[in-house]
Amino acid sequence: MKTKEWLIEKTLLLMALSAVAMLALIAIFVFIEGTPIMAREGLGHFLLGRKWAPTKGSFGIFPMIVGSVWVTIGALVIAGPLGLACAVFLVEIAPRKVADIVRPAIQLLAGIPSVVYGFVGIVVLVPLIREHLGGPGLSVLAASIILGVMVLPTVISISQDALEAVPRTYKEGALALGCTHWQAITRVILPAARPGITVAIVLGLGRAIGETMAVIMVVGNAVKVPAGLLDPARTLTSNIALEMAYAGGDHREALFATGVVLFMFIMLLNSLAALRFGRRRPSP
Amino acid sequence: MAGSTSIQPIAELLADRYMAQHAGPAVEVQGGGSSAGIRAALSGAAEIGMSSRQLKPEETGLKEYLMARDAIALIVHPGNPVRSLTKEQVRGIFSGRVQRWEAVGGRSGAITFITREEGSGTRGAFEELVMGKETEIAPDGIVQDSTGAARAIVATDPDAIAYISLGMVTPEVAAIALDGVQPTHESATDGTYALTRPFLLLTKGEPTPKARAFLDFVVTPESQATIAEEGYIPVKPAGRGSGA
Repeated sequence: MKTKEWLIEKTLLLMALSAVAMLALIAIFVFIEGTPIMAREGLGHFLLGRKWAPTKGSFGIFPMIVGSVWVTIGALVIAGPLGLACAVFLVEIAPRKVADIVRPAIQLLAGIPSVVYGFVGIVVLVPLIREHLGGPGLSVLAASIILGVMVLPTVISISQDALEAVPRTYKEGALALGCTHWQAITRVILPAARPGITVAIVLGLGRAIGETMAVIMVVGNAVKVPAGLLDPARTLTSNIALEMAYAGGDHREALFATGVVLFMFIMLLNSLAALRFGRRRPSP
Repeated sequence: MAGSTSIQPIAELLADRYMAQHAGPAVEVQGGGSSAGIRAALSGAAEIGMSSRQLKPEETGLKEYLMARDAIALIVHPGNPVRSLTKEQVRGIFSGRVQRWEAVGGRSGAITFITREEGSGTRGAFEELVMGKETEIAPDGIVQDSTGAARAIVATDPDAIAYISLGMVTPEVAAIALDGVQPTHESATDGTYALTRPFLLLTKGEPTPKARAFLDFVVTPESQATIAEEGYIPVKPAGRGSGA
């Protein structure tokens, strides 16, 4: 029996380690492939260069960095308030029956393949933007809206957890002191859940910056720094996905280097989220 | 065989026919793009590479077999009154010098031009045939990674213009004339329509017997008839095997 237990424990440990090993391998591979060209071109030139003509030897990814940041912030402007409102409604206000319908619907939203989001975007959203707001339609705005909807489930479910983790006594205390329900939500529950809500937003950011397929379809992919919401842009992910199939030599390395930058962005966001998770328990 | 996604559909069709008629090893067709096809042929990953653009001077060591030709059509929204452009005007539009439809005889509106991604064979052929050495496609154009996506945008945007393979033109978009010549099967076949590109099959050195058998099959009259039916321009048997 003892050996059997030991064997099972070690097997599980091995499996857990293999997941970490895969992450490490991917990271090492991307860095080995991507860093040489950054060194050759100069990090400043690579990160701040505005000209991307990889088959002609220009590797500046500044437009893509700006594109990613714009689109991601745009998505959060949409998903943040909407997601938080939805979570508050589900946890504090909704009658059970309503919550039982809304909750699975939101989970379903997470299950829709991104190419479907992109397709709806290109067929419905892009023409709407073009007709009513102007520009080519394929734009930062279109990508932000699509991404905003895509990250909603992440923002909602994590904010919901954060709200539910606030001890019941807090709310009861507030009500006992004469607060209305709304005051209890805004003055007591939301502040107490703030670290968890921050995590929800940051993880939503991570998901938005990494999304590729839907973005390629609606963002326009033009290599220029967007001057406004209605301008097309190119994100780091769409740059890699668009060109990887064809790329060779320096071009391929430059795409891996784009991946390194993206990796850094996501690592940064996730460590930010992890930091906040550490302080998750609400302090009185 | 692997390479150009433009050649892939017709290559798959011919491979199916070939396998139905010949016993023996299967012919596998993969996409990946012209540049990937050239690399695959050079590295030996594929016995036959497919390229829908001319080889660049530095891409040496390959034997070329011309399988068909394909015309590239410029397409606009059916509601766009512009039905003809000169090569110079097209160059102006895609280089970003001409930004308004009224400058090329259309109604008032900003031009949205749609190009393909770096490395695409269609883009490579368009750059070579239209843009020439001096002018580049402006970086601020919309980039789409497939013929279908480019066509879908033109079908919904009255101000858009794109270039796609003539075989892929559908009634939702209008193909326009270049220098007064409407792109049709006939004008492309007799050479009056200027925007045509070769569909090349590539082998590293002498083809293997298996590859040789398929290369021969592709230029039989029946195969060439199939190529014509699919909307591409057949080549005469004499025109093949130009060598590297």
